Amino acid sequence: MTLQDLNTSRRGFIAGSGLVIGVAIAPKFLSAAPTGVRAGGDSALLPMNTFVRVGTDDTVTVLSKHIEFGQGPFTGLATLVAEELDADWSQMRAVHSPTENKIYANLAFGLQGTGGSSSIANSYEQMRKAGAAARAMLVAAAANEWKVPASEITVEKGRIKHAASGKESGFGAFAEKAAKQMPGEPKLKDPKDFKLIGTELPKLDTRGKINGTAIFTLDITPDNLLIAVVAHPEHFGATVKSFDDAEAHKVQGVVDVKQVPSGVAVYADNTFAALKGRDALSIEWDLSKAETRSSEELAAEYVRHFREPGIEATNKGNVDDAFKATGVQSIEAEIVFPFLAHAPMEPLDAVFIKSGDGSVDIYNGAQFPAMDQQVAAKILGMDEKQVRVNTQLAGGSFGRKAQFGSPYMQEAANVYKASGGSRPLKHMWTREDDIRGGFYRPMYAHRMRGAINADGQITAWEQSIVGQSIMGKADLDSTSVEGASNLPYAIPNLKVTSHNVKLVIPPLWWRSVGHTHTGFAVETFVDELFQKIGKDPVEGRLALLKDEPRHAGVLKKAAEMSNWGSKLPEGRMRGVAVVESFNTYVGQVVEVSVGPEGTPQVHKVWCAVDCGVAINPNVIKAQMEGGIGYGLGAVLFDAVTLGKGGRIIQSNFHDYRSIRINEMPDVAVEIIKSSEKPTGVGEPGVPPVGPAVANAWRRLTGAPVRQLPIVNIVSA
Amino acid sequence: MKLKLAFTGLAAICLFVGAGMALSPASIAQNAQGGTKPDGKTLKPAASFQSITNQQQRSVALFQEAGKVIQHPRCVNCHPATDRPLQGATMHPHQPPVFRGDGGMGMPGMQCTTCHSPQNTPVVGQADTIKSIPGNPAWHLAPIEMAWVGKSLGQICQQIKDPARNGGKSMDQIVEHMAHDELVGWGWDPGAGREPVPGTQAEFGELIKAWVDTGAACPAS
Amino acid sequence: MVSFTLNGQQKEFDGDPDTPLLWVIRDAEKLTGTKYGCGVAQCGACTVHLDGMPRRSCVTPISMVDGSEVITVEGVSGKEADAVKTAWAGLDVPQCGYCQSGQVMSAVALLQMVPKPTDADIDGAMAGNICRCATYHRIRAAIHNAANSMEG
Ligand code: FES
Ligand code: FES
Repeated sequence: MTLQDLNTSRRGFIAGSGLVIGVAIAPKFLSAAPTGVRAGGDSALLPMNTFVRVGTDDTVTVLSKHIEFGQGPFTGLATLVAEELDADWSQMRAVHSPTENKIYANLAFGLQGTGGSSSIANSYEQMRKAGAAARAMLVAAAANEWKVPASEITVEKGRIKHAASGKESGFGAFAEKAAKQMPGEPKLKDPKDFKLIGTELPKLDTRGKINGTAIFTLDITPDNLLIAVVAHPEHFGATVKSFDDAEAHKVQGVVDVKQVPSGVAVYADNTFAALKGRDALSIEWDLSKAETRSSEELAAEYVRHFREPGIEATNKGNVDDAFKATGVQSIEAEIVFPFLAHAPMEPLDAVFIKSGDGSVDIYNGAQFPAMDQQVAAKILGMDEKQVRVNTQLAGGSFGRKAQFGSPYMQEAANVYKASGGSRPLKHMWTREDDIRGGFYRPMYAHRMRGAINADGQITAWEQSIVGQSIMGKADLDSTSVEGASNLPYAIPNLKVTSHNVKLVIPPLWWRSVGHTHTGFAVETFVDELFQKIGKDPVEGRLALLKDEPRHAGVLKKAAEMSNWGSKLPEGRMRGVAVVESFNTYVGQVVEVSVGPEGTPQVHKVWCAVDCGVAINPNVIKAQMEGGIGYGLGAVLFDAVTLGKGGRIIQSNFHDYRSIRINEMPDVAVEIIKSSEKPTGVGEPGVPPVGPAVANAWRRLTGAPVRQLPIVNIVSA
Repeated sequence: MKLKLAFTGLAAICLFVGAGMALSPASIAQNAQGGTKPDGKTLKPAASFQSITNQQQRSVALFQEAGKVIQHPRCVNCHPATDRPLQGATMHPHQPPVFRGDGGMGMPGMQCTTCHSPQNTPVVGQADTIKSIPGNPAWHLAPIEMAWVGKSLGQICQQIKDPARNGGKSMDQIVEHMAHDELVGWGWDPGAGREPVPGTQAEFGELIKAWVDTGAACPAS
Repeated sequence: MVSFTLNGQQKEFDGDPDTPLLWVIRDAEKLTGTKYGCGVAQCGACTVHLDGMPRRSCVTPISMVDGSEVITVEGVSGKEADAVKTAWAGLDVPQCGYCQSGQVMSAVALLQMVPKPTDADIDGAMAGNICRCATYHRIRAAIHNAANSMEG
């Protein structure tokens, strides 16, 4: 029996100090569509609780309520369970949990979902308790069987032992009996006794991702599968006026063409026929409600908002007076940030399969599975219980799959509905659909003004931020100003305002959300001010971070790692930045020269991170490395641009460039030792690298970076 | 290892790429009579240059006309001055980044043949700016000594005549190469989504032949 | 009708001859290790070995594959493949993993041709493989580790 066959055995919730441990109803998985890392062998997996299953073959399978798309929750959550269970790492497995909003909610948002770098933080206690409870159940079962007091039993590296009698067993032998035990309130270890937490454990999902056996949504290929692609407009807000599908129908393999709310769907027996059919459509679009302004025109409008008062985010001291004081020098900067696509490696996709009883299984990289379920059920006109969302490994997300209202599931479900549902269906986006699909990191414009008094002190900071509200707010959206409104630097007079712009281009969070632009604006501008007053960028920052020990800690560490101040090779320059996001603190020093394309060549990044208790240093380092590459690529190369008339210009990786191996710097990461609660690492590696590079670039070439991506300025 | 797709030994005789430097077609048009107006799509026939009585001037004018081909991005892009080819009408660095490698055929692990086929390959249903992947059995970069990027037409002309920088060819071999080489010919059939070089390969070959016959004089710049 | 071998097995395809090899492998043969990432030879996720050489299957019409040998990540073997997989696991290279089949196929091809690659060789061979998770730092280290392990 495999996990996929496992069905409901019982349901029982045991509540304890906010912890819900129970036995979830496993979804009816198709054996053709395994999710995550397949649990080993043919052994039975016995549920200890909703998160932990012990196999008769000694394996321990953790049901991850968080989607695994590279940020490491399979490994992280399994580490927490294994720690309290005293399991051996080699027996640990992980799979995605079913969609069951109440049981598998993210405790940070009360909804089943992954985001905000919250996986470890919100699971830290919950998963440890799940592990501890399972351990107690195994111990109780062994005590019963061996007829010895439970208190005399020890567990170590997956072995249950009774020293006095010499009895010893693995977990598997007691799995069945343990599953029938009722655990009391589990007792957690003192962190000083941790054996696995904090060690470099190998990731659980690595193997299948190397040999091609890991299954992603795109890889689900049931028999008789219909492939659907949708022709989308090239303008945001455009709708189908009319279309001619005669040529599309002539394509061998094309089965049907249907209008759906977001465009025209082509259904075919194979992917190539679907693409060819879509190419053969001729569609007339109604642009009456479409965005027809270019990015340049939008930017011109954005900066006009600087003259308006805006929504106050922070107002401390008296900025106006500070600027008016005698002997004060005022420095100004305006920076415009482009739209950014997330471009996860696996474009959006979803598979729908109807069962004999009329219920529907959906397979997708569900970042908010319960929301996907609600949305799909509504569109399909079905009861939610009849629609099962089976979360799959996803080829990245970076925020793209976390959407309120699940617009991409809306499109997929509409496409499935329009197909009639008689055949299994895969709805897939091409890379072009992805790059042109909106839900971008919005465009923003920042205007900053700094006051330097006669003594060379920074006395005031004024910042105005213009852009779309990701949360769709009319009043202050904290995601527009985070990182600026809570400026960490001790500047006595601080005023930050925000201006919400409404566009039909849908906005979304993009790996590190507001910090993608506020981090850049704040860290480049403060660096300019330090340069103006002749202060070293590290010393200058530290002097203003006296009340922010964790900022100062990572900054000092990164400076020390890089041997800050040492002599550099000819033509190289260093830059630094420190940004807190999602309660994780990251300091980075970069070393830059002018590269072969005239853009910054980043040779090395030294990165120090403080994310509280480090659960798995291996995963933390990987996330810093990846975050640095992701952030750097965007700052160097990327913009989604609306051309004249509002048409989207970029479409694929040739003009929406990803960083590549020849552009990736060497990265060194150190983790600050901390006993603070663990915080996330998926996003916080991103924000500092851009400003650190821009700072090095400005000091190297004299040119401040006021517009992104840098490649456009250089080639302009 | 089998090299089914690998291009066979043509590197040394590949010619002709010009720099993206400005050549004023107007200066050519003045000297020649008849023919169609230069529209970037046609070449004046070699015979139409007969009216230029001064042989050296005629030779220069012939080469300048041929320069419309030589300096076209279709040709220049694969005669880079660095180890990276250029791409597209705007002559930007090739994406993905590829490097010259042995014989201009790319680096081990990412040779030209990793993506380019013996013929142009249509791309269906993807980027509207990538209608095909160009291809040719001899697809590769010109050797670095034949680099034209950053050079004037006059400098390119001198290079073409110099056996040390033209792959050791005689002028007859140059004529033959221009008129008949398959990879040179790709310029007139570059695949969907790409502007071909002007005229025909036969017309181009005649211009080169006439240029050689008139003493192969080079433009001053 | 196009005939070719896929991981050593004889295969035939009689659909549209313009169908890219990628979709024949994935749709017709249901071998899903080879991924779609761009469809225009920009990302390398679809890399296979065609007659022993790395090839982007998304821009390879099946008609071109007639009589050829195709190896995908599921079938790649030999000492370079073993060394690459071991090195990849040793450093936990993959994050989301979606690009990794292509990375592995390119790295194996590189090592088959250059047993002891320099950083420049690695850039040359691997710059066509995008990893949006930016695992490049570990990819580079893993290739060096694989090369070293083959020496010993
Ligand atoms: S899918 Fe073939 S290179 Fe991207
Ligand atoms: S591991 Fe995610 S794209 Fe490479």
